[in-house]
Amino acid sequence: MTGEPLLSIDNITKAYPGVVANSDVSFQIQPGEVHALLGENGAGKSTLVKMIYGLVRPDSGSMTFRGAAYAPPEPRIARSTGVAMVFQHFSLFEALNVAENIALGMENPPPQRDLAKRIREVSEAYGLPLDPDRLVGDLSAGERQRVEIIRCLLQDPKLLIMDEPTSVLTPQEVEILFHTLRKLAAEGTSILYISHKLEEIRALCDEATILRLGKVVGKCTPRDTSAAEMAELMVGKSLATPARDNADLGEVILKVSGLSVEPSNPFGTPLRHIGIELHAGEVLGIGGVAGNGQDELLAALSGEVTTAPGTVTLHKNPIGDKGPNERRELGILCGPEERLGHAAAPDMSLVENALLTARQRKNLADSGFVNWGATRAYAEKVIADFDVRTPGPDNVARSLSGGNLQKFVIGREILQDPTVLVVNQPTWGVDASAAADIRQAILDLAQKGAGVIVISQDLDELLEVSDNFAALNEGRLSNVRTTRDLTMETIGLMLGGAHDMHDLDEEAIHAEA
Amino acid sequence: MGIDPVTLIVALITVSTPVLLAAIGELVVEKTGVLNLGVEGMMITGAVMGFVVAVNTGSPTLGFLAGMASGMALSLIFGVLTQMLLSNQVATGLALTLFGLGLSALLGVGYPGSTPPPVSDPFPAAMAEIPVIGPILFGHSLIIYLSVLLVAAVWYVLGYTKVGLIIRAVGENHDAAHALGYKVIRIRLMAIMFGGACAGLGGAFLSVVRVQNWVDGMTAGAGWIALALVVFASWKPWRALLGAYLFGGVTALQLRLQAAGINIPVEILAMSPYVITIIVLVIMSSDKSRTALNAPAALGKVFHATG
Repeated sequence: MTGEPLLSIDNITKAYPGVVANSDVSFQIQPGEVHALLGENGAGKSTLVKMIYGLVRPDSGSMTFRGAAYAPPEPRIARSTGVAMVFQHFSLFEALNVAENIALGMENPPPQRDLAKRIREVSEAYGLPLDPDRLVGDLSAGERQRVEIIRCLLQDPKLLIMDEPTSVLTPQEVEILFHTLRKLAAEGTSILYISHKLEEIRALCDEATILRLGKVVGKCTPRDTSAAEMAELMVGKSLATPARDNADLGEVILKVSGLSVEPSNPFGTPLRHIGIELHAGEVLGIGGVAGNGQDELLAALSGEVTTAPGTVTLHKNPIGDKGPNERRELGILCGPEERLGHAAAPDMSLVENALLTARQRKNLADSGFVNWGATRAYAEKVIADFDVRTPGPDNVARSLSGGNLQKFVIGREILQDPTVLVVNQPTWGVDASAAADIRQAILDLAQKGAGVIVISQDLDELLEVSDNFAALNEGRLSNVRTTRDLTMETIGLMLGGAHDMHDLDEEAIHAEA
Repeated sequence: MGIDPVTLIVALITVSTPVLLAAIGELVVEKTGVLNLGVEGMMITGAVMGFVVAVNTGSPTLGFLAGMASGMALSLIFGVLTQMLLSNQVATGLALTLFGLGLSALLGVGYPGSTPPPVSDPFPAAMAEIPVIGPILFGHSLIIYLSVLLVAAVWYVLGYTKVGLIIRAVGENHDAAHALGYKVIRIRLMAIMFGGACAGLGGAFLSVVRVQNWVDGMTAGAGWIALALVVFASWKPWRALLGAYLFGGVTALQLRLQAAGINIPVEILAMSPYVITIIVLVIMSSDKSRTALNAPAALGKVFHATG
């Protein structure tokens, strides 16, 4: 493709206090091109697209859009110029319906009835079925993303920015999304696609710009470049794949049977007849798209939600009615998904946070008095053993980056030598090398004979660490399968496939044939 | 006992209106995600300022405007502190109430016992003399009709207009609203000032029309009842009206029962409006899942614009 680029970014620099988010970044996007922006967390991708979308202003440098100088002071201007964005963390309102959500993202929304009609038209044209009257809080993650995409498409954008769009989708939903994006590109819409998933970029994108620590470190044509080459450019070093010697499963240590739990909030998912048998030395991977009962399952296993005694047993002893502290004493430890506010108290120091879950098993408190010396020593041990980058254990949890805090909260549980460890999204938002370390620590723990349940939406991660795999779909758990025998397609089907997309998928195939 | 239902209904409407005005203002404020616990303080400041201005100028209209302006000014203090300086909303609101109570006592020195100018009714006296419906429908001051119109307007705007949609969106998820380019702080400040004006008007109505006198601490918790009404009405305008009229009705009834010398301790009668209103509204809003859906999810949370 030659000629005038749609968007040209020239020598953009943006610094925040203490960190340079973007330094002298330049690249071009051609009309109808799918351009990948590739980089680790913290590489400066999000800051860069926020500048294109007018949420942040660059310190220096310039942008040119269709030949004219472009410096949007606010998103409204960006939208009217023809730039639309689908956010990584959905910018949706759960208590409002689909049509209302879409109206909020438009400059001059038509009356609700006309808008509902247009939503139906556009959603059918692009193979993204959506009911305008449903509450967004009741939608699956994939459907929520459709709301965002349709909100963008209704404004007929020239450039569509997608920030990590596939992190919450099943493999089938990813295929449907790619189908839509290719169709858009064929119609002349440019797409700026942000991701750190290399295979997706190779499957979808025409050009790629790779960022590391705020700088452009390379450009490539993803179709002609191997994933390993791109990964090295992105991370700056080659990565070791986590591995362990062998997996001999011992006897059943944790058994869950007939576990049903009602959700505690209106948008929660009820658990239905969950059954799990976890063996010593086993890593059980539980996959599923966000919002299918992951949080509820973790709460039921950690003891935050108590159930009838017999529904959860440890070494054949009923513990379903025991709370988190009693379960910790027995050896069941958990690492919830939300780091700030659930796994760690944001404004407390790492020492205090170490005390919060390790008090029982590490004897950090005696007859009501905290042994601060031992607690500090334990926090320092976690920091040292798990390579947590922080000036010291007295820093508050909030001050750590996501990856470092994640290493701390996982390390805090693993070093307590649990019998059973349950983690939810252990590497979410963690960069590739830290993620590899965390996965290796999980495997080492299982090697020592503990049972580990890894709940995750990252299927590559589950395939890498787990011996057995089960899928959580609308609060029900599938049968457990050996991970070795699984393919992405079977996993996708176990995850419930693409929610209510089967018919349409076939139509799309017929239409192409 | 001789309690006339017509005069009871007329009294009910008059008694309810200050609470209703304050509640409908606070409802809009809370719908944008801000919890202003200073309603009582804004009401009483509105009451004293409205009274002082009405007495000195002889114009009740100027009194009402002064009540609104003073409530709005007080709410602006709250707005600047919580929205721009990111102070805690609960603490700031409580401080605003204490400040309002103290300020009103100071401003009102020398006014107890003064007589405010009479307020003319919008409908001709002949209409108010129609039996039964006349006094109920046509015998009130303009503010009462205005308060009902305000409920209707808030209901319509919140439910059916773009402005209402934006208000609800800001209260539901301020980060998402910000990401879409809406000015969260500006929208909230405007809602806070609207709430202040409504509370101030409610206070002015109380001193100028209903009691026709200035007494220290005369709102007597009406601002707190307004706050409770908003929550128990599940943030629905018509339910707030119903709750306010229920509160007013029981208040008017118990006053008449006291006057009739009925054999129930005065303390029990005096507390009955509060207890009955809360019980009825709790029962109405007992379907927890639906209530949670209508509650602004970002209520009371500090919004700090990043990036």
